Amino acid sequence: MHEMGIATAILDAARKEAGRHEGARVLKVGVRIGEWSGVDPESLRFCFDALLAGTEPSPPALDIEFCPRQNRCALCGTVFALKEFEIQCPGCGAPATQPVSGDELELAYVELEEA
Amino acid sequence: MTKVEVQQKVLSENERVARNLRDAIREHGIYCANFISSPGAGKTLLLERTLALFPPATRVAVLTGDIQTDNDAQRLARYGFPVRQISTGGSCHLDARMVERALEGWDLASLNYLFIENVGNLVCPASYDLGEHDKIVILSTTEGEDKPLKYPATFSRAGLVILNKIDLLPYVSFDVNVAKENVNKVHPGAEILEVSATTGVGFSQWQQWLERKRAACAQPAAALALA
Repeated sequence: MHEMGIATAILDAARKEAGRHEGARVLKVGVRIGEWSGVDPESLRFCFDALLAGTEPSPPALDIEFCPRQNRCALCGTVFALKEFEIQCPGCGAPATQPVSGDELELAYVELEEA
Repeated sequence: MTKVEVQQKVLSENERVARNLRDAIREHGIYCANFISSPGAGKTLLLERTLALFPPATRVAVLTGDIQTDNDAQRLARYGFPVRQISTGGSCHLDARMVERALEGWDLASLNYLFIENVGNLVCPASYDLGEHDKIVILSTTEGEDKPLKYPATFSRAGLVILNKIDLLPYVSFDVNVAKENVNKVHPGAEILEVSATTGVGFSQWQQWLERKRAACAQPAAALALA
């Protein structure tokens, strides 16, 4: 729903990064999107492409790394992806585990073509 | 070709503004809550009843966000406390910059509570930190019990979940226990209050909850003054 705003923020941040390298052009933008980030990757890609349509001959590509919701067990250290919201540790059976990923909404990298 | 690692939050600009807001809110010992729900869950009525129960001298202010109209601000202004409408003009959520602008000219030192009523939406508001202490998520009995499972991002970040319209239970098929189980699945140990903003059921617990939160915010400032 708010993916257009997110796509704009991603482009702004990527261009800001490119601005640090004189004459550089953004080839690709890498983002990490968590399963529970509230952002839909497909919708984000649609918005990103729509923002860039017709703006330049070869607009930047978007590389989305989808990060599933994962929990970690403090007792045995097992890290596991949540299925059906089940937070019990599949390793040792501990009833409660803590989230370690799935909230990501991050700009990971930009690929630049230097002038 | 050069690959530059960035590793920053996409909404880093929002985070920066939210951090400034949070600092200002903390400094003045204000308790700030961001109310999130789907449209029609009863955010405005819950806030109306909450304001109506506050003694007139209570230092509380409300920001209310909507895409269009200032209907909610008009409703909330009837209780004699400062209220401002944020019209997002199409945006489906509030961001920190909108809150910062809306607070301009208000003396934060004169406040104990700041309530922010977000745009009715269970998706996008979860992504935008407004500098609040808690996101308070309202789920009403006229919705499905599976809302927490459909919108885990929002419910997993809730400092409190309010089950509203509890007075309608005899007329709807909403199962409170299933709803609570679902909240617990996405947010183990979440605090849940059952209320009716229409009849006032559950409001004494809700008021106590708010007072406890506000007292916890006031403490750091008091400790500083003593030091």
